[in-house]
Amino acid sequence: MKNEWPLWEIFIRGQHGMSHRHVGSLHAPDAEMAIKNARDVYTRRNEGVSIWVVEANHIAASSPSDKGPLYEPSESKVYRHPTFFDIPDEVGAM
Amino acid sequence: MAAPLTQDEALFQFLLRMGDNTLILGHRVSEWCGHAPVLEEDIALANTALDLIGQTQMWLGLAGDVQGEEKSADDLAFLRDVWDFRNVLLVEVPNEDFGRTLMRQFLFDAWHSIQLGHLMKSSDERIAAIAAKTSKEVAYHLERSADTVVGLGDGTAQSHDYMQAALDYLWPYVGEMFASDEVDAAMVKAGIAPDPASLRTDYDALIGRVLAEATLAIPDSGFAHKGGRNGKMHTEHLGHLLTHMQWLQRAYPGASW
Amino acid sequence: MYAQMVQSEASTDDPEKLAAFQARIDAGEKIEPKDWMPAGYRKTLIRQIGQHAHSEIVGQLPEGNWITRAPTLERKAILLAKVQDEAGHGLYLYCAAETLGVSRDELTEMLLDGRMKYSSIFNYPTLNWADMGAVGWLVDGAAIMNQVPLQRTSFGPYSRAMIRVCKEESFHARQGFDAIRKMATGTPAQKKMAQDAVNRLWFPALMMFGPSDADSVHSTQSMAWKIKMNTNDELRQKFVDQTVPQIEFLGLDLPDEGITWNEERGHYDYSDPDWSEFFDVIKGNGPCNTDRLAARNKAWKDGEWVRDGLLAHARKKAARKHAAE
Repeated sequence: MKNEWPLWEIFIRGQHGMSHRHVGSLHAPDAEMAIKNARDVYTRRNEGVSIWVVEANHIAASSPSDKGPLYEPSESKVYRHPTFFDIPDEVGAM
Repeated sequence: MAAPLTQDEALFQFLLRMGDNTLILGHRVSEWCGHAPVLEEDIALANTALDLIGQTQMWLGLAGDVQGEEKSADDLAFLRDVWDFRNVLLVEVPNEDFGRTLMRQFLFDAWHSIQLGHLMKSSDERIAAIAAKTSKEVAYHLERSADTVVGLGDGTAQSHDYMQAALDYLWPYVGEMFASDEVDAAMVKAGIAPDPASLRTDYDALIGRVLAEATLAIPDSGFAHKGGRNGKMHTEHLGHLLTHMQWLQRAYPGASW
Repeated sequence: MYAQMVQSEASTDDPEKLAAFQARIDAGEKIEPKDWMPAGYRKTLIRQIGQHAHSEIVGQLPEGNWITRAPTLERKAILLAKVQDEAGHGLYLYCAAETLGVSRDELTEMLLDGRMKYSSIFNYPTLNWADMGAVGWLVDGAAIMNQVPLQRTSFGPYSRAMIRVCKEESFHARQGFDAIRKMATGTPAQKKMAQDAVNRLWFPALMMFGPSDADSVHSTQSMAWKIKMNTNDELRQKFVDQTVPQIEFLGLDLPDEGITWNEERGHYDYSDPDWSEFFDVIKGNGPCNTDRLAARNKAWKDGEWVRDGLLAHARKKAARKHAAE
């Protein structure tokens, strides 16, 4: 059996109040070490306040061919976007 | 018989001990850059070395101020000879292999974190401020080195053997961190720093816990090499380290880099 | 460049699929790992990203050579942080390559046994402290020429890795220029070191871009796929035009008597590097090829028990946790 450390996907929250964002990947023997490695690899320039790690093969992803069915329906729901609605200027900020 | 130390002389010696420890260990750890077992460890070791170099700038910078001879941290690092260095012998022994490097790091980090915890309450505000800043870095060093010692001690039979050999080799260098002398007595009296001997109980508890988890046996010997922190007898290794570290400053005196 | 003379693979895929793929690239879309891609695109990218990653890792060695001899605490910290970044860049790039279905260990083994190459530049030695300035300024400067346009490359993970790398890379070139500037304006001995470094590294830096590829089929294919963004000669000229005034600013002699401003072209003329030397280096006969590969092999072999040990512990820990549940 090959003894390569598993691959982990790293998500970092850059500032309080923001969402975690995918920043890259790395190898580590387990989740604890993945968090430590992520601190050393991906926050060398004060980039983070919180780290999530997920083993890469545990990530379920939509397949590219689903792209149409998954995302196109929302394109027609233009009313979800605030700019869809015309609000008279005299009403003020909304 | 030498005259007793003045308070400033004692303080200067104490600061050299702090700064030389981080200087020499930082140098040793930096030797790994580009040669570590895996990229993630290469990057992590460089972070540790960078922290230690930064800490050296603070400790030796303050030492220069206390000495009052207008010497910078660089002057103290690059222009003293072996007998003027005050680091413990533990930090100057060669890296040998990754196991010995991480074991040495762990044995030092454990002392360092306890020491800094006390120094945060130092009566000297400058020292308390450096301790407050550096203790966060050192807490992470300790977490990482302890985890690695456990991981390798409790890993394969081969990694266990490497770690036990590292511990056996390094153990005689542990005791020096807890030796007390007249410099320490002056620091204790002024409320600047704790008596090194008083840290031993906490230290033994900490390393005992980690080494047990690592399935490693602490050698049954109280013998301790000494001579580093008072400069009386360093190992042969320190001179070789300095020939690298100080070469440019020595070969081209007065140049600015 | 960091990826030199990458052979592109001819595609034998279904012409209709190929045309659709090319249309996506032409429209500026990014190709993501799970998208269909021609086998040749995949293979060429693995080769190119792999070579790029290897260059970062082997590139740690010539600069690492001076970490223990840095002349001040600050220079030591800057150099160490810089070489550490190279390890980080290698890591980002290996991860990008891994999305194409090759593991980092496989890539590493191909580097170690010579099946894959790394940039010719890292087979030259670093002989004096000014080399640390020259490597950052000239070598990283040359690399940036190539990496900035690669941020727009068609393969998503490669593009994202390049964006991260470029963000960090300008620190490298700047610290290098700052270090060599200090020496060029320092004592006569320091100035001599600076001149020696520029003289020695100038032509190897020009060779980084690779031989002229204006007529190369590999280059044409890679440019159509947007995994190569400019010809080698374009980038080399850009580098020369940018660097010559900087050498003059430092008050150093130009390392090539052939450098003259060509009013008509609006560019500097310069002498071609000795391409027979370049091919010797590529074949393994550079001044440091043997030592560089030996150092990487030693690190990998010496580290095996560490990698195995930590993984064995992680598995035991997981098993114990499982048993307790």
